[in-house]
Amino acid sequence: MASYTIQEHQVDVIVVGAGGAGLRATVGLAATGLETACITKVFPTRSHTVAAQGGISAALGNMGEDDWRFHFYDTVKGSDWLGDQDAIEYMCKNAPAAIIELEHYGVPFSRTEEGLIYQRPFGGMTTHFGKGTAQRTCAAADRTGHAILHTLYQQALKHDARFFIEYFALDLIFDADGACCGVLALDMNEGTLHLFRAHGVVLATGGYGRAYFSATSAHTCTGDGGGLALRAGLALQDMEFVQFHPTGIYGAGCLITEGVRGEGGYLTNGAGERFMERYAPNAKDLASRDVVSRAMTIEIREGRGVGEDKDHIFLNLQHLGADVLHEKLPGISESARIFAGVDVTRQPIPVLPTVHYNMGGVPTNYHGEVVQKVGEEAEKVVPGLFAIGEAGCVSVHGANRLGSNSLLDLVVFGRAVAQRCAETIRPRQPHRDLPSSATDAALDHFDRIRHANGSLPTAEIRLTMQRTMQADAAVFRTEKTLQEGCLKMDQVFASFADVRVSDRSLVWNSDLIETLELQNLLYNAVATINSAEQRHESRGAHAREDYPERDDQNWMKHTYVKVDPNGRCAFDYRPVHMHTMTSDVDVVPPQKRVY
Amino acid sequence: MSEFTLPQNSRITEGRHFPAAAGAKNVRTFRVYRWNPDDAANPRVDRYDVDLATCGPMVLDALIKIKNEIDPTVTFRRSCREGICGSCAMNIDGTNTLACTRAIEDLPAGDVKLYPLPHMPVVKDLVPDLTHFYAQLSSIRPWIRTETPPPPDRERLQSREDRAKLDGYYECILCACCSTACPSYWWNADRYLGPAILLQAYRWIVDSRDEDTGTRLDELEDPFKLYRCHTIMNCTRTCPKGLNPAKAIAETKKLLVERRA
Repeated sequence: MASYTIQEHQVDVIVVGAGGAGLRATVGLAATGLETACITKVFPTRSHTVAAQGGISAALGNMGEDDWRFHFYDTVKGSDWLGDQDAIEYMCKNAPAAIIELEHYGVPFSRTEEGLIYQRPFGGMTTHFGKGTAQRTCAAADRTGHAILHTLYQQALKHDARFFIEYFALDLIFDADGACCGVLALDMNEGTLHLFRAHGVVLATGGYGRAYFSATSAHTCTGDGGGLALRAGLALQDMEFVQFHPTGIYGAGCLITEGVRGEGGYLTNGAGERFMERYAPNAKDLASRDVVSRAMTIEIREGRGVGEDKDHIFLNLQHLGADVLHEKLPGISESARIFAGVDVTRQPIPVLPTVHYNMGGVPTNYHGEVVQKVGEEAEKVVPGLFAIGEAGCVSVHGANRLGSNSLLDLVVFGRAVAQRCAETIRPRQPHRDLPSSATDAALDHFDRIRHANGSLPTAEIRLTMQRTMQADAAVFRTEKTLQEGCLKMDQVFASFADVRVSDRSLVWNSDLIETLELQNLLYNAVATINSAEQRHESRGAHAREDYPERDDQNWMKHTYVKVDPNGRCAFDYRPVHMHTMTSDVDVVPPQKRVY
Repeated sequence: MSEFTLPQNSRITEGRHFPAAAGAKNVRTFRVYRWNPDDAANPRVDRYDVDLATCGPMVLDALIKIKNEIDPTVTFRRSCREGICGSCAMNIDGTNTLACTRAIEDLPAGDVKLYPLPHMPVVKDLVPDLTHFYAQLSSIRPWIRTETPPPPDRERLQSREDRAKLDGYYECILCACCSTACPSYWWNADRYLGPAILLQAYRWIVDSRDEDTGTRLDELEDPFKLYRCHTIMNCTRTCPKGLNPAKAIAETKKLLVERRA
């Protein structure tokens, strides 16, 4: 192995990732006086939070009656009773304060006539426990993610947070007692290696949408946090639950916000029928995302799609009028023109369910502390390690996330993790000596991939993985497709041993970075398809045609999955939290989930 | 007679040519600027023949196809591929724009020429060094500044009219297309803030919630920071998001004149 010089940095807390969760955590940590560094593989405002459109949920009641308990109920029901109800209480109860805080930070929210934050209806968001329609989703036109991410970056500048931009996290470093005590990272601009020693390591690395062929996710959504955790021998949770967003642009896959339907848009099939009325008589087009994506898939499968090949669906918004489109939905009007050649004032947008969000991730409690099952203890904290946002699994989204709950998840748990670090870490606490061998495995791993000289280009392995996941871990799943998919993914995973990196340089070697990202994606993908294969029921986004019903008796439990270096998965389980944090709200017992 | 030598790495040479595979139906040639800091070589332009019959519609699709199928060493930034993250800003056929929203068929006939954003140090190939641009953003302290504490448990009020004043400014994605298209910025980037950063400054000046307008204007009233703008308008012409930085600058100048009166 070549010898590498490693530059060491000592901080109190290191945040990996600078999207909404990572930035909110960084701002909170910087404000507490803990010495904090945030490393990120892209400049903060280029993180994928920037692409969130429709809004962020909170029961502010600006546009009609609302109560955080209604929000709590909707989120539990949306999760198909896989969400942990204590964490959901924490999120929904803290939501109004979190949104007010964002406004105070300067987020340019749209406004009501009274000058309050504008709120729009969103899928699955109701009042009075399913009876009315809630207007709960706080919006900045249809660029809410952009507005929030830029504002959080501004606040980070205000608090003089330290960023290490275009640094790629290679591996987590643990001490002899199993506590996470740092991250080894590559500075892409200089091509140098850096060891960040910290008492707290916060994974805020986002999702792994790019494990699939067609995703709304950015090219950079490669599940790096999940990859880091799995390679460190930790288990991830609920990886079988992958959300398909009903309205990705046909072909391009770019997101068209659920806010379109919130503002009155609707879906039609090849016969021009508003088919959602048949599938969700009350909520119709504003049913939960898993419900709408399944309905669309059934329509297409039964020959009622639109277009020459009858392989997609129309999203209609022509009737909303130019004024509403201009004020409330300007961003998607632009996207539809550029990527579908559609003038939304006159034509419908061709859409298709598209991979959008990963409910699964690194398991945590509601402080953001990573937990693992050790012996009989189902949720033992891993000292020093935290996970938030899409990289984590609290679990507030359970088997299916409601639209506009993810931006909320980012800021609520970004804040929670900063508070937890402030409680548990003393500023400038000394770092324990680490034997130099602590980084050996990580260096060896990096060196091997850097000099990988096999026969398969990164792009080829990636494409095989994406096509396999797209075909075999889709909206509807069966034993046959999943077993085939698991076998194929085993082969794809094994083929990584034969990968070839062509670029041998160290400065901005994106061939190398894409290969490291591919390895992370492969770990996530294998965990996903194997988790899907072993769960013999249908719940939320996991729809098994051979097990069409939810089975609370046997399956109301979280999946823990570990992946060994050969891609073999091992499973364990932990119970769902059917209790709340306080007596402010009652547990919602399992019911049939109808919209 | 005086003799001049060109600065290092300013001579661009003709590079390699990668012909399309046999049977390609609709071939377009992409001429891509290549420079690697690891060797002492001058920059070169490599030519890649891409079969558009098997390629997505955007310039970024072609670049990704080149990287995936022809030459994995081609280096560029990209992320969202939908025009909101600002990563893939580059100079395409002489115009700064986003590769992900620029359709290949809308480009003038002939070879497609891809260069990094102009007048920026190059890290590698199409990746410019934006460190100075980001430092300039920090220098204007681009966050809300107030004296009055906000109401403790609810939002500050803002009328719809006041909120509408942010439209056309808050949407900036910091891609740097405008600043790197500005001749004044090419000459004076060390002291002139450039259109992108001035637009960011104006975004806070017009925000009815901000209470530090005076200081913000004071800090801009400088022969270089602001007044190197000579209304050339390349910024507005090139903005891939259809924003108007030139207007933000003009409005700022107007406010400075008005407050003197």
